[in-house]
Amino acid sequence: MARIRFRDVRHAYPPPKGQEPVYALNEINQVWEDGGAYALLGPSGCGKTTLLNIISGLLTPSEGEILFDGKEVTDLPTSARQIAQVFQFPVVYDTMSVFDNLAFPLRNRGMDEKLVQQRVEQIAEMLDLTDNLKKRASGLTADGKQKISLGRGLVRSDVNAILFDEPLTVIDPHLKWQLRSKLKELHQQVGVTMIYVTHDQVEALTFAEKVVVMYEGIVVQVGTPVELFNHPRHTFVGYFIGSPGMNVLPCSIDGGQPVFGKNLLNIESRIKGQLQGKLEVGIRPEFVEFSDDGIPVKIEKVEDLGRYQVLTLTHESEIIKMVMAEDQTVPSENPRIQFDPHHTKIYCDDWVVEEAVNE
Amino acid sequence: MNKTQNNKAWWLVVPVLVLVAFNAFIPLMTVVNYAFQETFGDNVFFWEGTTWFEQVLRSPRFHASLIRQLVFTGMILAIEVPLGIGVALTMPRKGPWVSVCLVLMALPLLIPWNVVGAMWNIFALPEIGLLGYTLNSIGIDYNFTNQPISAWLTTVVMDVWHWTSLIVLLCYAGLSSISDDYYQAAHIDGASRWAIFRYIQLPKMKRVLTIAILLRFMDSFMIYTEPFVLTGGGPGNTTTFLSIDLVKIALGQFDLGPAAAMSLIYFLMVLLICWAFYTIMMRNEEQ
Repeated sequence: MARIRFRDVRHAYPPPKGQEPVYALNEINQVWEDGGAYALLGPSGCGKTTLLNIISGLLTPSEGEILFDGKEVTDLPTSARQIAQVFQFPVVYDTMSVFDNLAFPLRNRGMDEKLVQQRVEQIAEMLDLTDNLKKRASGLTADGKQKISLGRGLVRSDVNAILFDEPLTVIDPHLKWQLRSKLKELHQQVGVTMIYVTHDQVEALTFAEKVVVMYEGIVVQVGTPVELFNHPRHTFVGYFIGSPGMNVLPCSIDGGQPVFGKNLLNIESRIKGQLQGKLEVGIRPEFVEFSDDGIPVKIEKVEDLGRYQVLTLTHESEIIKMVMAEDQTVPSENPRIQFDPHHTKIYCDDWVVEEAVNE
Repeated sequence: MNKTQNNKAWWLVVPVLVLVAFNAFIPLMTVVNYAFQETFGDNVFFWEGTTWFEQVLRSPRFHASLIRQLVFTGMILAIEVPLGIGVALTMPRKGPWVSVCLVLMALPLLIPWNVVGAMWNIFALPEIGLLGYTLNSIGIDYNFTNQPISAWLTTVVMDVWHWTSLIVLLCYAGLSSISDDYYQAAHIDGASRWAIFRYIQLPKMKRVLTIAILLRFMDSFMIYTEPFVLTGGGPGNTTTFLSIDLVKIALGQFDLGPAAAMSLIYFLMVLLICWAFYTIMMRNEEQ
């Protein structure tokens, strides 16, 4: 077990001839506390897998260093790092039985056969593989094979961290829930650091205590699911998390107050000083409501999603999404909306303006 | 909907039937014809039953060439298969060197059999050949034209040179089909280099390796041209393998009956060994 720390880590894959290298990871400074359950969330190609492979030592970063409990491991090979990793697509050793597959990481490390037996049976029990232990691994379905891959990750008890790289992509939806709660349960039992990569926000938010959101090679925000929802530090976090995502609308500042269209918006505190760059106001659809005076809008579409309705509104050419409880009704004429001042955020060049302290 | 019965499509099979008849069935039946009868020309035949078969199977000469053949095939398989796998494992997986290696590997396969025999004959000649001359001048007594051991070694090395590439190329194809995930998982699992080979690479190469071994078995068991050009079966009869012996009996001595019987025995042996080998390999697969 260890506290894993990234210090100024950057990584670029070898570029095609004659081109500048593009950094898949750009300046990562990040600490993974020992025993934490982290989700690494971000769109495809944002550097999630690269980051995992750097932790496990499959990749050596171009710049920066990785520390386990303060000890530098940047150049250590995978085998010396005590990291377990589960990949997106199942990897099984075809010629071995399920039992031998699960025992493989332990036997490679010279563990006593009795302990191996014990440990494998325990893990097989947890993953419902007990009945298949004697079967050949190649005969199993994709689900079964991925369970073996998971099992090989979980079977080692001495690991510093277990990394999951979108491990449930190939698994049936109902099993997904089951396995995810198994993983969470396991995390509570053994308390080993788990880092779970996914591009599915539901998966991330249900699994993790802390969610690390990545975007174009940088970590844009680390926080609990609630923090990410209420205080997105970056517009990307705003619209990637939440369904529908945050409304991000162009604005200007007048006297410390944001102006959207011709409408002055109320916020908790006034903005001090001059802001340079692209200014935007962010408001979650949950915090938009109808009011008598406010921004005049046109209602384009109403979608009933059962417990709530999603409205698509337009003000001039800007689209605003709004979430409304099921029992509320849409005003029949001249609808106007207002934004909840406590949840209205100002973004400058995509980053939240936090220094907007009170007068 | 009513289905209409129309058997005209069967005519499309005719060209294949004709081809198979002319290139396999009729020649084979001719051999069968000679194997059970005696002829003195003029298309006059006398029934001999299994006489020729008994004669061949009891003949010490047949036993001797069969043993030589088995030893030769065993030797070249024992050398070419591990060597081929080894070379395939060391070939680069990516980059500009891949095509260079592939072309270099394919070169020996492109050379006609008799040219290979002639090349090695000249190469190994003790007085003028590069190999023969060098060996002799560093003090090794080497002359494949009159020393059985030298002749054998030269034949084996020639075959290894000519055909290891085939195994390399097939194994390389098998290796390239393994995705990086497997190697990464193996590193995570702490697998040794040997374990990676044993549990990832070898199983993935199994199918192509089965084909490679079958091909090499058949080709080497029927080898004729290269040793014929290199040593002519000599010195004495020491490199007279089954095919060379068969041609000597059929065309040299014109004993068509025994030669035909020997051909059939030879053919059945190749068939039987291939079938047994393939069945065993595939049975393992199913388990």
